[in-house]
Amino acid sequence: MTTLLSAQNVSKELMARFPDMVVESSGSAVLVKSQALLEVAAFLKATPGLDLDYLTLMTVVDYLDYFEVVYLLTSLQHNHSLTLKTRLFDRDNPSLASVVGLWKGADYQEREVYDMFGIKFVGHPNLKRLFLWEGFQGYPMRKDYL
Amino acid sequence: MAIKTEPFVVNVGPQHPSTHGVFRMRMVMDGETIVDMEPVFGYLHRGVEKIGETRTYTGCIPLTDRMDYLSAPANNLAYVMAVEKLAGVKAPERAQYIRVIMGELARLASHSMAVGSFLNDLGAMATPLVYMWREREKILDLLEMTCGQRLTSNYMRVGGVSQDLPEEFTPAVKKFVVEMPRFIDEYDQLIKDNEIVLARTKGVGVLSKEMAVSIGASGPVLRGSGVKWDIRKSDPYAVYDRMQFDIPTGTAGDCYDRYRVRVEEMRQSVRILEQALAQLPQGEVRAKVPQRLRPPAGAAYGHIEGPKGELGFYVVSDGSVAPYRFHIRAPSLINLSALREMVIGWKIADAIVTFGSIDICLGEVDR
Repeated sequence: MTTLLSAQNVSKELMARFPDMVVESSGSAVLVKSQALLEVAAFLKATPGLDLDYLTLMTVVDYLDYFEVVYLLTSLQHNHSLTLKTRLFDRDNPSLASVVGLWKGADYQEREVYDMFGIKFVGHPNLKRLFLWEGFQGYPMRKDYL
Repeated sequence: MAIKTEPFVVNVGPQHPSTHGVFRMRMVMDGETIVDMEPVFGYLHRGVEKIGETRTYTGCIPLTDRMDYLSAPANNLAYVMAVEKLAGVKAPERAQYIRVIMGELARLASHSMAVGSFLNDLGAMATPLVYMWREREKILDLLEMTCGQRLTSNYMRVGGVSQDLPEEFTPAVKKFVVEMPRFIDEYDQLIKDNEIVLARTKGVGVLSKEMAVSIGASGPVLRGSGVKWDIRKSDPYAVYDRMQFDIPTGTAGDCYDRYRVRVEEMRQSVRILEQALAQLPQGEVRAKVPQRLRPPAGAAYGHIEGPKGELGFYVVSDGSVAPYRFHIRAPSLINLSALREMVIGWKIADAIVTFGSIDICLGEVDR
């Protein structure tokens, strides 16, 4: 069975390294501040014992007050997984650091998120719409898109 | 006198027999060599995730049929597993076995299509494909027998399956299980040492182990690159923990290895079918679940080893009758991430073969 890492244990390590950046940890999900996302992700990937080298999926949930970006990370070596989350409160111009440098699989998934939610990924090599055409108005997966 | 040259662009697709649907490769060529390639898709985008937000949890199941329409029961399964996790429902044992049987039949159907059309892409026009279709037809007959549908099965339900297997199903699968291995051997004999197949696929479209992990590849694409990773083993669902089977892997990560992995997996699927049939218990096939299911607020991720890779559903509930959000982890889309790197430096004909060896379904890529 794939073990779900305890978010509490992981966030202890994270808090020692990135003070004030962990907002919440419950179950197997760690919520961090968006400005620390890239560093935290790099830490989770590279730290021996965690080795979260496989990005299972990334997606976004729109809660109207904020966007919650979800990364599901897995370690093929240890067969364990962890959910990394962050929140973006700026609805007009949401942006976040891209993790393509860490996991190449984030390329299309970040483009899909950009396409559907309008979140800009800073540092993405080719950020443009994935499914819809350039010139499409609005971001259809947002909850207030009609 | 120096000849002036400049790169030019070739569009393969969207309407092209080898793109398995509507998919476009925008290739920048230097003579006959590909110097850059940009995949363009979205032609089949229907907004399944958005439509799902307006439907009940059960009402979303038919939407999943239409993603990877070559293996509909597998899609159903991944979705209902995520909802069951969210709602805390457990399917009865007989239903778990039926799920394994359906999942493996779906894998066999999808893989026969994959290797058949792969050979078609190689230029073995129609013959291998029609051989494979012949066998796939038997699987579709079995699906039709079970739920009345050949492609869009809509068979799984939250808490079990929609109806019990009919009486004639078990003898029919038993017959199929006896015949299938012989057929796979016959087919594989035609292909595996064929000189043209070897020349066209060995060392072509190599995906390194590191790259495969980095792009989040899964299924035969990941295993073809030598990573022994299969959700059925690493995170067993239904009753896979009671089944004996091996995980075939490749070594070189080329088109040939991906083909070999698929053929071996078909053999393993037959093995699993044999065991599941032998162990199939009697009993209920559906747990009691309220008609208007309202899972408690929260999020859950359910995943299976689908024919094309890790198929997962991330479902978020707000306590109402419709999912607040559901996201599909489509293996076809993610496996495509490395296509560009895999085809640069090769010829168009090799790009077609490489693309075919990834085995995607555009219904799932675009959703």
